[in-house]
Amino acid sequence: MSSDKQTLADWTAGEEAIVYQSCAACGSLQYFRRRFCASCGAPDPVEKRASGEGVVYATSLVCRAATPETRAHVPYSIVLVDTSEGFRMMAHGDNDLAIGDPVAARFARFAGRLVPYFEKVRS
Amino acid sequence: MSYITGVGLTAFGRHEGSSSLDLMSEAAELAITDAGLQRGEIDGILCGYSTVSPHIMFATVFSEHFGIRPAYAHAVQVGGATGLAMTMLAHQLVDAGMVRHVLVVGGENRLTGQSRDASILALAQVGHPDYEVPLGPTIPAYYGLVASRYMHEYGVTQEDLAELAVLMRAHALTHPGAQFHDAITVADVMESKAVALPLKLLDCCPVSDGGAAFVVSRERTGETGVRVLGCAQAHTHQHVTAAPALSELGAEIAVARAKVASGVATSDVRYAAVYDSFTITLAMLLEDLGLAGRGEAAARVRSGHFGRNGAMPLNTHGGLLSYGHCGVGGAMAHLVETHLQMTGRAGNRQVRDASIALLHGDGGVLSSHVSMFLERVR
Repeated sequence: MSSDKQTLADWTAGEEAIVYQSCAACGSLQYFRRRFCASCGAPDPVEKRASGEGVVYATSLVCRAATPETRAHVPYSIVLVDTSEGFRMMAHGDNDLAIGDPVAARFARFAGRLVPYFEKVRS
Repeated sequence: MSYITGVGLTAFGRHEGSSSLDLMSEAAELAITDAGLQRGEIDGILCGYSTVSPHIMFATVFSEHFGIRPAYAHAVQVGGATGLAMTMLAHQLVDAGMVRHVLVVGGENRLTGQSRDASILALAQVGHPDYEVPLGPTIPAYYGLVASRYMHEYGVTQEDLAELAVLMRAHALTHPGAQFHDAITVADVMESKAVALPLKLLDCCPVSDGGAAFVVSRERTGETGVRVLGCAQAHTHQHVTAAPALSELGAEIAVARAKVASGVATSDVRYAAVYDSFTITLAMLLEDLGLAGRGEAAARVRSGHFGRNGAMPLNTHGGLLSYGHCGVGGAMAHLVETHLQMTGRAGNRQVRDASIALLHGDGGVLSSHVSMFLERVR
């Protein structure tokens, strides 16, 4: 990684932000941070802050958790969201979210950490 | 060319006081005896992993424990696809003349060797450490996500998925080694405890102790040979967040490649052994493999198609859902049962014609796939 590279902090580092990467060479987007584009291999994809808007792709309501910390939250909804920028991410969300719902992100505390949490956008 | 010359399988369930190595050794001894071989004739070892007893050199740990000095040995790790991936490699090793008899072995005291929470936690680590695991998902939640989407796209219901659990339980009832011996109904599945909706307890395979093994050889050692016709893999992603569209998953790719390698068509297949960690896994894989139309797996179960006397008997031992799931050995039980069916030794479970079988394994969250065709040779 080049030394002048900007790294944007996101929820995985405790900041209230969702960050993705965009490849200047091929235009591909990726959510999992890497030092290169996984589509074309070009170095230093550009980091961008996402709007937090998207549409629900899949949901699962976790009713059986495996640790005391997560058990305190059951039931909690895990969702996959297709963001308006065009990448897919996993997050928490309202328990009644359905596939196709338009959603927007806020942030919540879960098992001692900050996590993205999606709510339905009322139109 | 290669043959599955011997198979061994322990009962699945609770084996208090047995270590992973004990269960692997028990299955290995059965497989070598079944092949009509002596331990010293085994010159290759492929083994899986144990979440209870992790080790960076598990194959040599096992070899020393079991008392053999192979010319080739290492462990393989592809989650639920490990058993068939090892079989594929064993096939290639004997086909290339590297070794004569490869022992493929997996086993684990996953139920009694650690808490159920520890098992669930260990398995959830297949998720992304930064972007998924902090959200508290479990393996059922990863598959619950896939299930919600599959049900949405193809009009599949929870009652449909329940049919697969009922079928696997019906099959397990006739196998003394199965973990579960109580019949269940669709209503039982629907009323079972919520785990990661839409998946409920009876949509999920159990955690088990058990072991399975087979020998893959250059020449057949018995009268009836079970020959590896061909096999192939496909790996499209690791994490469910990065999975491709439902229409682009690896099972379809792997089975298409395996057909080319084997020279057979789906219509040639007489017996199916398909990975069934959850009801959704089995439904999706049956449809991806072309053994049922899209969204039609449950209807085929209801019509008896996948029953012992149906056109395509499926997992007649009860599968992971009801024979049990001890990790790597879990899906290896599918191949053991296939071998018994192909060689006419399945007793009260025997199907009419298991001359050509299709086996499929899946690891991760539909991440890694291995398809294999076997043929009976007399």
